[in-house]
Amino acid sequence: MAEQCDVTKEMFASGHRGCAGCGEGIAVRQVLNEAGPNTIVAEVTGCLEVMTTGYPESAWEIPWIHAAFENASSVASGIEAALIAKGKRKGVNVLAFGGDGGTFDIGFQALSGMLERGHNIKYVCFDNEAYMNTGIQRCSSTPYGASTTTSPSGTCSIGESRPKKPIAAICVAHDIPYTATASIAHPKDLRKKVRTALDVEGPCFLHVFVPCPTGWGYASERTVEIAKLAVQTGVFVLWELEGNDFANIKVTKKPKERKPVIEYLKTQRRFKHLLDKPEEIEKIQSEVDEKCERYGF
Amino acid sequence: MKTVILGNMATALAAKLSRAEVIPAYPITPSTLFPEKISEYVADGEMDTQFILVESEHSAMSACIGASATGARTCTATASQGLALMHEMLYIASGMRLPIVVAVANRALSAPINIWCDHQDSISERDTGWMQFYAEKNQEALDLMIIAFKVAEDKRVLLPGMVGLDAFVLTHTMEAVDIPDQDKVDEFLPPYKAPYGVLDPEKPMTFGSFGTPEYYMEFKYAQTKALEDSEKVIDEAFAQFKETFGREYMKIKPYRTEDADIILLTLGSMSGTARAAVDVMREQGMKVGCAKMTVFRPFPTKELMDICKKTKVLAVVDRDISPGFGGAVFGEAAAIYVNEPKKPIIMNFIVGLGGRDITIPDFEAMTERAESALSAGKPERMVEWINLKEDNL
Repeated sequence: MAEQCDVTKEMFASGHRGCAGCGEGIAVRQVLNEAGPNTIVAEVTGCLEVMTTGYPESAWEIPWIHAAFENASSVASGIEAALIAKGKRKGVNVLAFGGDGGTFDIGFQALSGMLERGHNIKYVCFDNEAYMNTGIQRCSSTPYGASTTTSPSGTCSIGESRPKKPIAAICVAHDIPYTATASIAHPKDLRKKVRTALDVEGPCFLHVFVPCPTGWGYASERTVEIAKLAVQTGVFVLWELEGNDFANIKVTKKPKERKPVIEYLKTQRRFKHLLDKPEEIEKIQSEVDEKCERYGF
Repeated sequence: MKTVILGNMATALAAKLSRAEVIPAYPITPSTLFPEKISEYVADGEMDTQFILVESEHSAMSACIGASATGARTCTATASQGLALMHEMLYIASGMRLPIVVAVANRALSAPINIWCDHQDSISERDTGWMQFYAEKNQEALDLMIIAFKVAEDKRVLLPGMVGLDAFVLTHTMEAVDIPDQDKVDEFLPPYKAPYGVLDPEKPMTFGSFGTPEYYMEFKYAQTKALEDSEKVIDEAFAQFKETFGREYMKIKPYRTEDADIILLTLGSMSGTARAAVDVMREQGMKVGCAKMTVFRPFPTKELMDICKKTKVLAVVDRDISPGFGGAVFGEAAAIYVNEPKKPIIMNFIVGLGGRDITIPDFEAMTERAESALSAGKPERMVEWINLKEDNL
């Protein structure tokens, strides 16, 4: 049964140009509705900017700025500084939004700088595990085995050959006060984490898992189901951490019984080539098992 | 009262006198003293600004954009590779019509790496939609920064501006500078109030949206028009500046050009050397003058033509090179005459790249070439490199 959320006023207007079943749109709505109207967003280039701001339209009910692909963190740093200079900092949330490309790869330096400098900015990464806006190219967020347009599976290729970059753990290493992972399948958990981040002083990082029907190859009505399967299989673990001691990590959604990863992999075209390769499925399963053990479930 | 200060100190003081509210900065030779001075002002409680020590020049300009879009007066300083790293964001600053000011310590671009003066860095940013001012001396660097804010923030303009000051020749050289009173600067440059709204939850606005082919050209036309319109606003600002502070600025300042057959057109610190050379050559009876270009963008077409009305040879002295063509200033100076029935011989000299000295004998050599062109009716070569060491080739 779907979890219910209180929504009094929408901060993210309907009618934008996202694909049917876009996971990112679902996540943005939850994040913004939790943050409320006293919020400014700086965003990187990507699907989200393209689908929400085709001039002269805008889906943003809050002040919003997009400058370039790699620098939402730096733009947000300038916004925060200006608010302080103007005596308007109090009560305003400054958020930076990035897709996985603009966070894991090209925007990584700016993100690291912003975290290190200790700005009171909440960075939210909406991760759909490839460069979707440019046509499903491989990113350092792309998981092992996924076929993308630049890591295609073939007779000599298993698809993406490298594991997913542990972005949230890298952010934790910056010694920031709060880091969390979240999923659109668990909106209450997501919103609670947004709230925690907003209530903490200093830079926070939220890594939100957002399935993409276009890039992953599944029917658009299955977005939430697939996001849920990622959690139930342990492919994407939902956790939160105050400070930098991983011993204090708190897993916020533990399935009673973890489903085998095949249940998740078989739902998506990007993993289709793996299905007749039991040794690869086994490899992915054992990596997920090992990860879940580290997270304590 | 005059104080003896370095060029970088002049730009830092200009930022302070202009009451810049946000200064994101990243150190690069030879502009590093700028962030150092700003950090001192902040540390000593002399300046009320939000100083952000960003991790790159790209982030410096990005933070300027965020701050300016939130309504703060903002500036930074950089040079060479730093400006090149900002390149992407320079277009975005002007495209979003944000009145950011940057002091550029004009330095050569790699490779080979070279920290000394030429104008390649800012000249290469010619098409980014920024106003460009070039200082001859430290006084001008200070004054032009304040003027740049004034013009940039004008509702008729709303565009960023950069002020070039020559690497080391100005940045690291002590000169006597008249430091304006804070009261007078406040009168000349009142607090910035963004006329069309800022990032403010009270009135949400979308900045940096997606411009389809249906709309993109009009954005670019409006932006281009604003840069053209800044010509008038710059003149007004120069006039008001003279009234307030007593110092006169012109987009192009002529020197002994009234009866000159040959005019040497210069930018930056070499202009003083050009004037000294003109004096020497005038003593010898040569009809030569020079003109210093303070404003390169918007290009001062009318002013240049007025100065060159009776001139027979316009010798454009470029401290930059567009490989495969010639100097960038030359290309533009020549282009403005394309439809003119009467025009001077226009020739180009490439000088002083990577900090090579530009001397009086260099200007004498250029004038000699210009005289030969005048007798022959056209120059032997359109573009000539001056003081090139053949032995090094």
